[in-house]
Amino acid sequence: MKKKVLAVVMAAAMVLGLTACGGAAPAADGGGDGGLIKIGIINNDPNESGYRTANDKDLKATFTEANGFQASFAYSLKNDEQITAAQKFIQDGVDYLLLSAADTAGWDSVLKDAQAAGIHVILFDRTIDADPSLYSASIVSDMDKEGETAVNWLKGQNLSEYNIIHIQGVMGSAAQKGRSGAVDAAAASDGWNIVTQQTAEWNAEKAQQIVQSVIDAGTPFNVIYAENDDMAKGAVAALDKANISHGVGKDVIVMGFDCNKWALQELLDQNWNYDGQCNPFQSQYILDVIKTLESGQEPAQKTIIMDEKGFDATTITADDVNNYGI
Amino acid sequence: MSKILKNQIFIPIAALLLLAVFNLIMDPSFFKITLGYNSAGDPVLSGYLMTILDYGSELAILAIGMTLVTAASGGQDISVGAAIAISGSVVLRVLCGRDHHAETMQAPIIVAFLISCVVAMIFGAFNGTLVAFFKIQPMVATLILFTAGRSIAAWINNNELPIVNEVRFSYFGGFIPGIPIPTPFFIAAACVIVIFLVLKFTNLGLYTQTVGINENASRLNGLNPEFIKFLAFVILGLCVAVAALIKVSRLSTINYSVIAKDIEMDAILAVALGGNALSGGKFNMTASILGAYVIQFLTTTLYKFNVPADALPAYKAVVVILLVVFSAPVVRDFISAQWKRLTKKGVTENA
Repeated sequence: MKKKVLAVVMAAAMVLGLTACGGAAPAADGGGDGGLIKIGIINNDPNESGYRTANDKDLKATFTEANGFQASFAYSLKNDEQITAAQKFIQDGVDYLLLSAADTAGWDSVLKDAQAAGIHVILFDRTIDADPSLYSASIVSDMDKEGETAVNWLKGQNLSEYNIIHIQGVMGSAAQKGRSGAVDAAAASDGWNIVTQQTAEWNAEKAQQIVQSVIDAGTPFNVIYAENDDMAKGAVAALDKANISHGVGKDVIVMGFDCNKWALQELLDQNWNYDGQCNPFQSQYILDVIKTLESGQEPAQKTIIMDEKGFDATTITADDVNNYGI
Repeated sequence: MSKILKNQIFIPIAALLLLAVFNLIMDPSFFKITLGYNSAGDPVLSGYLMTILDYGSELAILAIGMTLVTAASGGQDISVGAAIAISGSVVLRVLCGRDHHAETMQAPIIVAFLISCVVAMIFGAFNGTLVAFFKIQPMVATLILFTAGRSIAAWINNNELPIVNEVRFSYFGGFIPGIPIPTPFFIAAACVIVIFLVLKFTNLGLYTQTVGINENASRLNGLNPEFIKFLAFVILGLCVAVAALIKVSRLSTINYSVIAKDIEMDAILAVALGGNALSGGKFNMTASILGAYVIQFLTTTLYKFNVPADALPAYKAVVVILLVVFSAPVVRDFISAQWKRLTKKGVTENA
């Protein structure tokens, strides 16, 4: 009896799962799309982070029917589910496949299918380990450059000594590698002292505990280099608790990444010192690529690196907060 | 000696002592507590021990509910992390109203908290119904919420990240002005007192253990095992709501994908460290709660010794394996048998 009930529930769950997939990748309508360009967009879960939410909103705002597009969206943080969604889009006969892959590996065969079906593949936000001939363009952030921009800014502060708490993102992610690499290089070349270097896995509360631990140990530090805004916020919460001043002209320099609106507001209020952008607004770049391809040409460059800024609390304006905040 | 070894609470206490001695040898300043002032000018106590009391609180609260669920149903709820995301999201939704960066709170904190309690208990009831009435394995039943919970949490706030700007809200995860001990510790202490009063003055503990040991026998004795299991999940829901309030109050905001991430594993571990059988039946609440603080003690110790970031989970795993193996009944029986043999030998030699 127990097994039977379980079997029924599992079956029901599977059916639900199927409809859920159907919802994520709406079936193509039977022709008659009125000259709309059909695109399938495979993205990571918009709940993942503020970055992803902004990214998803931007894509949705650009690829509308009013702009001449019929867009279908599929979201997953898992590579295999994304590949299944890609196969579905290929069957549906989309004209363009836009892809932000969860994982770099495993995409060769499905992209070959797409090529055989004459579908243009455009990668955004993340690259994959596949032959470049399999995709038309790749629009990415240069994480190494983001790190370098931030580190160069920090060098420019000309502190008498650098004692840095380095809070890392999820180890192995592209953002972590790029943003950590620059600090490690500068620590080696300029003799910066890394007080602690630990991963808080993008988690504010873990960052708070890491900084708390350094404060409890009584080790002096004057820079917090957090690889995203959430972790910087956690670190600042620990500083506030210990009455350590932070921000422009204060004891500790606070650096974050991603340019959340609230983080830029902290910059404007002079509580933080620096925030590096990780540009989520790729849709205009994608639009340019599609226009080029539609006119029968190939994009001039295969890999397009987006402009990304670094904001300094002493120069940021209220307009910047509104324009670049996500 | 064998009596001490057999006692369930021996394991978490031994682990706690081991960690304490290790820290004492490596760096006695671990135990230093200093009185300072935070940036608002209020007195606060700080030091590693305070950090442990502070951050271990949510886990201790969750361990209460998890112990009951484990004892009654013989399984674990793996959706507590996702449920915290939902409950925390509800708190912020009520406090912020439509404006995600409201300067003032749109509702009293107590109202937001009570609503989040109701929501968390409904989700607990959902899990409880699946387990108690549909007889689904707890881990499978709670897998549903584990998978869907964080998306639900994001949906409650339309995918926005609300921020509460009022300082009063941060008291729950920080300090009440004038009181130098972190508030989460008081909240945890209140929860512990409540559960001990409940266990002392009601039959909840007895009934839960009865159902966990033998469901059919409990039914024959006039108990309603379905209801007891259901109740355990609802109580866990309440614990989740309390833990969620502390979590969102710490930073006055929420991140749906990472808040209370993997906390279910720590909560289950706390129960296991307390020497409770994960297959249900008899339980020891004190041991579970101590277990929760042991886990935080371990985490804080690892942070203190600057264990390399990517190696941290490995260190934790090694310690956990040691503790769990040591707490296994087979190993403990073996040790106490060896101890008996040794002492007997000593006695005969003396004679």
